[in-house]
Amino acid sequence: MKPPPFEYVAAHSVEEALDVLVTHGWDAKVLAGGQSLIPTLNFRLAAPAILVDLNPVSELAFIEANGMLRIGAMTRQRTLERDETIARLAPLITAAMPHVAHPQIRTRGTIGGSLAHCDPAAELPAVCLALDATLVARSQRGERAIPARDFFFGLFSTALEPDELLTEIRIPPMPPNTRYAFREVARRHGDFALAGVALTLQLDEAGRIRAPRVALFGVHDAALLSESAMRLLDGAAPSEALVREAAEAVAHDIEPSSDIHASAAYRTHLAKVLTARALRDALGDALGHATE
Amino acid sequence: MQKLSIEVTVNGTTYRRDVEPRLLLSDFLRHELGLTGTHVGCEHGVCGACTILLDGEPVRSCLMLAVQANGHTITTVEGVAPNETDLHPLQQAFRETHALQCGYCTPGFLMSLLPFVETHPNPTDDEIREALAGNLCRCTGYQHIVEAVKLACRLMHAPQDA
Amino acid sequence: MTARETRYFGKPVRRNEDPKLLTGRALFVDDVDLPGMLHAAFYRSPYAHARIRAIDVSAAKAMPGVVAVYTAEDLGDYWQPGPLLVPPPPVHKMPVFNKRTQVPLAKEKVRFVGEPIVLVVAESRYIAEDALEQIDVAFEPLPAVVDVEAALAPDAPLVHEDAGTNIAAHVIQEKGNWEEALAAADVVIERRFVYDHGHAAPMETRGIVAHWDARMQTLTVWDTTQAPIPIRNGLAGMLGLSEHQVRVIAPFIGGGFGPKIMMFYQEEVLIPWASMQLARPIKWIEDRRENFLAMTQERYQIHDAKIALTRDGKILGVWDSFLHDTGAYIPYGLTVPLNAQCTLLGPYVVPHYYSEFKAVFTTKAIVTPYRGAGRQHGVFVMERLLDIAARELGLDRTEIRRKNFIPPDAFPWDNEIIYQDFAPLVYDSGNYEPALDKAMEMIGYRRFLEEEKARYRAEGRHVGLGIVAYVEGTGIGPYEGARVQVQPNGKVIVATGVGTQGQGHFTSFAQVVAEQLGVPVEDITVVTGDTAEFHWGTGTFASRGAVVAGSAIYEAAKAVREKVLRMASEELEVSPDDLELADGNVFVRGAPDRALRLGDLAIAANPLRGAVAPDTEPGLEATRYFGPPRGATASGVHAMLLEVDPETGFVRILKYVVVHDCGTVINPLIVEGQIHGGVAQGIGNAFYEKIVYDEHGQLLTASFMDYLVPTAMEVPPMEVAHVETPSPWNPLGAKGVGEAGAIPVGPLFAQALEDAFDNAFEVTEIPLSPQQVWALVHGSKEKQS
Repeated sequence: MKPPPFEYVAAHSVEEALDVLVTHGWDAKVLAGGQSLIPTLNFRLAAPAILVDLNPVSELAFIEANGMLRIGAMTRQRTLERDETIARLAPLITAAMPHVAHPQIRTRGTIGGSLAHCDPAAELPAVCLALDATLVARSQRGERAIPARDFFFGLFSTALEPDELLTEIRIPPMPPNTRYAFREVARRHGDFALAGVALTLQLDEAGRIRAPRVALFGVHDAALLSESAMRLLDGAAPSEALVREAAEAVAHDIEPSSDIHASAAYRTHLAKVLTARALRDALGDALGHATE
Repeated sequence: MQKLSIEVTVNGTTYRRDVEPRLLLSDFLRHELGLTGTHVGCEHGVCGACTILLDGEPVRSCLMLAVQANGHTITTVEGVAPNETDLHPLQQAFRETHALQCGYCTPGFLMSLLPFVETHPNPTDDEIREALAGNLCRCTGYQHIVEAVKLACRLMHAPQDA
Repeated sequence: MTARETRYFGKPVRRNEDPKLLTGRALFVDDVDLPGMLHAAFYRSPYAHARIRAIDVSAAKAMPGVVAVYTAEDLGDYWQPGPLLVPPPPVHKMPVFNKRTQVPLAKEKVRFVGEPIVLVVAESRYIAEDALEQIDVAFEPLPAVVDVEAALAPDAPLVHEDAGTNIAAHVIQEKGNWEEALAAADVVIERRFVYDHGHAAPMETRGIVAHWDARMQTLTVWDTTQAPIPIRNGLAGMLGLSEHQVRVIAPFIGGGFGPKIMMFYQEEVLIPWASMQLARPIKWIEDRRENFLAMTQERYQIHDAKIALTRDGKILGVWDSFLHDTGAYIPYGLTVPLNAQCTLLGPYVVPHYYSEFKAVFTTKAIVTPYRGAGRQHGVFVMERLLDIAARELGLDRTEIRRKNFIPPDAFPWDNEIIYQDFAPLVYDSGNYEPALDKAMEMIGYRRFLEEEKARYRAEGRHVGLGIVAYVEGTGIGPYEGARVQVQPNGKVIVATGVGTQGQGHFTSFAQVVAEQLGVPVEDITVVTGDTAEFHWGTGTFASRGAVVAGSAIYEAAKAVREKVLRMASEELEVSPDDLELADGNVFVRGAPDRALRLGDLAIAANPLRGAVAPDTEPGLEATRYFGPPRGATASGVHAMLLEVDPETGFVRILKYVVVHDCGTVINPLIVEGQIHGGVAQGIGNAFYEKIVYDEHGQLLTASFMDYLVPTAMEVPPMEVAHVETPSPWNPLGAKGVGEAGAIPVGPLFAQALEDAFDNAFEVTEIPLSPQQVWALVHGSKEKQS
């Protein structure tokens, strides 16, 4: 299990990295945290001609809050997990991070790497969907902002072009009365999820649900928002009946695959159970009042 | 074949070597530098046997290229004990509580745990188990390792006598 | 003086081997680095079953850095099927035994994914793997033989055409007469059980370094084997060398658990040979993917079983017929199915027993023992039958067990059927009720049933209790040996032939010697696994290290002690009865200043001038051998509380207790560690680890991402207690403990799971998964509504 031969460039700036991408196109592979790419190379499941290493690009490792929360693509997952600004402005990220593999992986793993890799069972794409994040991609052609919901295409496939680099994640401020929840089940602690849910919603002054964003992972070829559940929730008063109805509704939007760990039917069932649990977590006291 | 010149500080010694880009950091440490205390168990980042400290934080050395360590500081299991004869409190605690059997996974556990025991004077069982979860051990059933961590935390954070 | 009460024996002594292991200074096989060393990799079959039409290695050979490429053709006469390690047992009825053993490199046909076809030797492992990608093999795929029942269909494709059948062996063993049991029975219960066991997955994979020194004409082999001496003997034979030309070293080994005693692996045959061909050292280190594909494993058995009982729950008889998946070859004979057949009887009086099995060839990796070695399968069948019987008869599950336990005064107890050591299975000693009582007390059996269960249910929680019993035949022959030598510096060297893979032999063996010689444990160096240090022995398997090698060491140490006493008594002019040994000295009791250093006696025992008395052997040294007439039977009871999330099927173990009887305990810390590790593997087997081959015989679980070894989050804290029933058949009174923890966890899980849902469903299969649990719960709900 040794990697095949490849050439290597340590990029020290985004421009340097983009140069390599323009020259080599699909033959180049971007090395971020490497926690998915290097095992793939060790198993010889990929044989890129050249790796462009973003680790020395210091301009991509930052967390800034200035109205909008901006996270550099090379920000380590361990940093996200421990960062106080993140905990304050996007606590859903903080809640999700302990489920992302293990500390030794998060020390190297980056937010941008996880999003660009687009594993269907990964946590961070769903978290970005639930947070209504915008992903910023740069190429020599310029910069473009891609809403998270238009970014994740399918299994290991995203909106990024071969000459583009994911540079930044922008997360809009959460209005007051925003609630969030994160739930997943994995066979072992730290494994990729069999199914998971990340969601945010707001409660208006009348106690009604507004702007719900229910993101699911592990149950489709990529993380996705459950529009069916969101339609049901938007504007509704919280109740246990609503929770159940919304949970049932996610089944309309997902097409899980079967593998050795879980069948499609079981994954669908888990998606419903976890959606209900996440909604109960988020609604909490509101649910209690509503049912009284 | 491309070869790159790198400079890495391991356990306080700075090494300069020319390496092929694909050389894994685990193989570099073991076979180029002869630091065979770092063990390789899976080469896909799950078992944790090859865990080392990179700039003080635990990482899988099988999931890094040696060239990526250029300019960085590494600690391996050979650099944990204070000298030739004494053990670090964490190593001592492993011995006291019989927290190792075949010992193959042990260096990875030690390297994962070093930052943890330094920052946790009195961890709960759940915290300890979560800290262990990124390392597989096939011999001990983990129970004695949990005890070793508790003992190490006590040894390292014992109130100093006046 | 008995071995049992004292200063070193039975104490939680810290391990001698730990400082090296903790500081990264212990030598494992992959740490061996020799000048000019080459590296090997294998081209392995991508098909489960295929004919090889042509092999083209020309491109690989031409690559820079590639030194040699070998196919079966290149091996000439060296190409031979491996030896049958364990011949067929002397049972009365064995209508079929088809000896088919693995070959060094597949020649005409491949029989499992991962079977080696080409050996590449190169300047680095990286280059060797590059060369594998340049090898072109033309295959003609054949239908895979995956399912054992389908394998027996008349038109099934054959794994070995020349055998004319996929039946590797057919064995029938009987005790009493099942028909009598059936005629007398009030109740007969019949079920089908499937028990699947998996990969040992030691953290260190296999590895070999071979170094042929052309000038010395010696071959040195570092091998991750559990059996260095038989490997040395076998290699010498195969390579046409005398045994003194071959040295096999099993240095520190990163876990064995059974598969590392398989011999001869293809790589074990090839790497030393290639080193002789090229006259250069060669290293092959198995990677994790190869380990999953090509290291031997255990797999499943399908049991159709019946139990006949009286109305009050007495067992009259058991009938069992099972199929055993043995994989592509059967080099380890019938050890695994025989263990299943024998261990099924457990701690119970079973007057009539009929057991029949067929071992079946499939196009999958070879099956050889892995921790438990078939015992799990048998224990699962018996414990499940008893649970179902208890339910049908309205008996408490502990009562039905208690009622059928072999009474403590009935030992030795003869089960009459042939065990893996080829002798009838006779239990040496045991006392099962106290273990059951203790386990019930520790788990809070009555309190749980009478109060807690209802309280959990009222809270909407599904918590179930499991409690099961088992025995394990351990410490079988044929023999082991040891040499104990006091050195002039007073320190002691102990050499033995067994290998060690983490069991703490460097310490427990030292404790045995310390007890006899009064030398501190840290001054005793145990050397294992080096054929240059000790010539005779078999290996570490069947939980036999402490029992068999431990007993040999005890006998050797006792002989040295006697020589010490004899010499000291002459020197000090006192009776040997008045002498004591402590702190490296022998001294007159009550007069510690009249003392001699053992080191000085060792010098005196090796004079450079003068004459010695006739028949005097030099040195303070003795070599002794021990061969137990029969194995020692360990036993135990495990209990647990299991909480199940009924919506997801996920589980959490709330409490786990073990009461174990391994006879005399040499080091309680080490024994506990062995049990903890066994239970963790048992939990993996019950709920996490599953080998999955698809219908084409492709292994779908060839990584740690898919083969789920439990982490610290899945393995619960365990409480361990001991019952000590010393074995009368070895001088230490010891019984093996290596495998015990892993054996009863499957039925324990099954029972607790059923209990958590008030027996709304039956569990007849292990391993389980959250999905299966969910399906069981969901299915039972649908049935109700």
